[in-house]
Amino acid sequence: MTDISAAFATAIQLLITLDANLIEIVGLSLQVSISAVALATVIGLPMGAALALFKFPGRGTLTVMLNALMGLPPVVVGLVVYLLLSRSGPLGVLGLLFTPTAMIIAQAILVTPIIAALTRQVVADLWVEYAEQMRSLGAGPLRAVPALLYDARFTLVTAVLAGFGRASAEVGAVMIVGGNIDHVTRVMTTAIALEVSKGDLALALGLGIVLIGLSLAINAATFTAKQRAEAAWT
Amino acid sequence: MRFTKSLIPVIAALLFTLNAHAADDKFITVASTTSTANSGLFDVILPVFTKKTGIEVRVVAVGTGKAIRLARSGDADVLFVHHKPSEEKFVADGMGMKRSDVMYNDFVMVGPASDPAGIKGSETAEAALKKLAAAKAPFASRGDDSGTNKKELGLWKAAGINPKTSSGTWYRETGSGMGATLNVASGMNAYALTDRATWLKFKNKGDLAILVEGDPKLFNQYGIILVSAEKHPHTKTALGQKFIDWIIGAEGQTEISNYQILGNQAFFANAKPGS
Repeated sequence: MTDISAAFATAIQLLITLDANLIEIVGLSLQVSISAVALATVIGLPMGAALALFKFPGRGTLTVMLNALMGLPPVVVGLVVYLLLSRSGPLGVLGLLFTPTAMIIAQAILVTPIIAALTRQVVADLWVEYAEQMRSLGAGPLRAVPALLYDARFTLVTAVLAGFGRASAEVGAVMIVGGNIDHVTRVMTTAIALEVSKGDLALALGLGIVLIGLSLAINAATFTAKQRAEAAWT
Repeated sequence: MRFTKSLIPVIAALLFTLNAHAADDKFITVASTTSTANSGLFDVILPVFTKKTGIEVRVVAVGTGKAIRLARSGDADVLFVHHKPSEEKFVADGMGMKRSDVMYNDFVMVGPASDPAGIKGSETAEAALKKLAAAKAPFASRGDDSGTNKKELGLWKAAGINPKTSSGTWYRETGSGMGATLNVASGMNAYALTDRATWLKFKNKGDLAILVEGDPKLFNQYGIILVSAEKHPHTKTALGQKFIDWIIGAEGQTEISNYQILGNQAFFANAKPGS
């Protein structure tokens, strides 16, 4: 109990004093996770829509695989990216290991299946509704991809947020490919893991509270923006 | 689609700024152990070096076994760990240049203050381990191929006991770092072997206390090695050597000896002059 109350006190203290280390860590966390989600969105939206609209052999298998990949274990993704980016690996010459870029790549791999799979479902449902209408207008699946993505944009925000939730909360992948280097690759989740390993449970939980608060703030901001946009549209 | 297209320059810019940040700095990567990082030593001595030389030191703190693998893959410029036989093998394999002693401290055996197995005051670590095995007292092992884990396994072997056959019963292998293992020991009132620095800094001690210390076999030597540029031409040999020269030189050694945790000297500098 003392640890939990101490954690809230620590969280409040960190926020009130705007602890310089905390700001740096939060800033990097946001930079990494937002970049990863942006990258995953650019890949995942068209990928999901294409999978929903184009008929080709193996589409069912691919859909099942994509859905299964939503459960990719971060540690495994981290390990694979590590092996690729290690100096002894195929992409070692790029010197990206233990940099924020490596963390973005790992998180983007984790998040892309989530965004793509959710997009596929949303677009497939819309297509059932609109298929006949679009065909009568002479619009094939290729033309329908951007149209349906645009039509579903408000729903797709939730898909992107789900991806962001996954990215900002995972620790396994960024720990391996980032190395949790102070001032370079230390983000919220790896900082929490570090404090746990130092036995400073109050500080670890305090950081956890800040992370949850941050996630809450981002979701609230998105929710408000979405509501305004919807109101303006209808 | 307009939405997704507008994201591309944003991502490009983000990736670019991140990379620019990484490329501009003069830095080396040091693969080291959790004990040196968790003890707070690096937080104190590295800024002194960086201020003097302008070289940033990026520490990846993992177990000794993993640190050596990182260095073998060429993912670090300098290796700074604590298991002499593994370090010497690393050099003998041509992966690293010369190995230098840096500092030492010692391992201690901790356990519940009530000490149900009665190991307190044991003359040797071996005697204590024999008592633990006989009592089947819960023991939290690192189980992660770290320097501390290698040390612990060596002590069991010397005591003529193979604890792995009891793994999952009283012998619990956590497969994680020193702090995480102490958290487990603290949670289940188990015994554990830990380096003294991590123990001093560790905040979640619960009912644990030091029970056995002072056996010469619990000596804990740290060594530093420059990763060979022959195997990995991209390593920053010149900058790495500067760091090694500093840490085994007068200034680095003084900084190490001056570092205290709660009034206790955490590490004892013992580099040989001119080595």
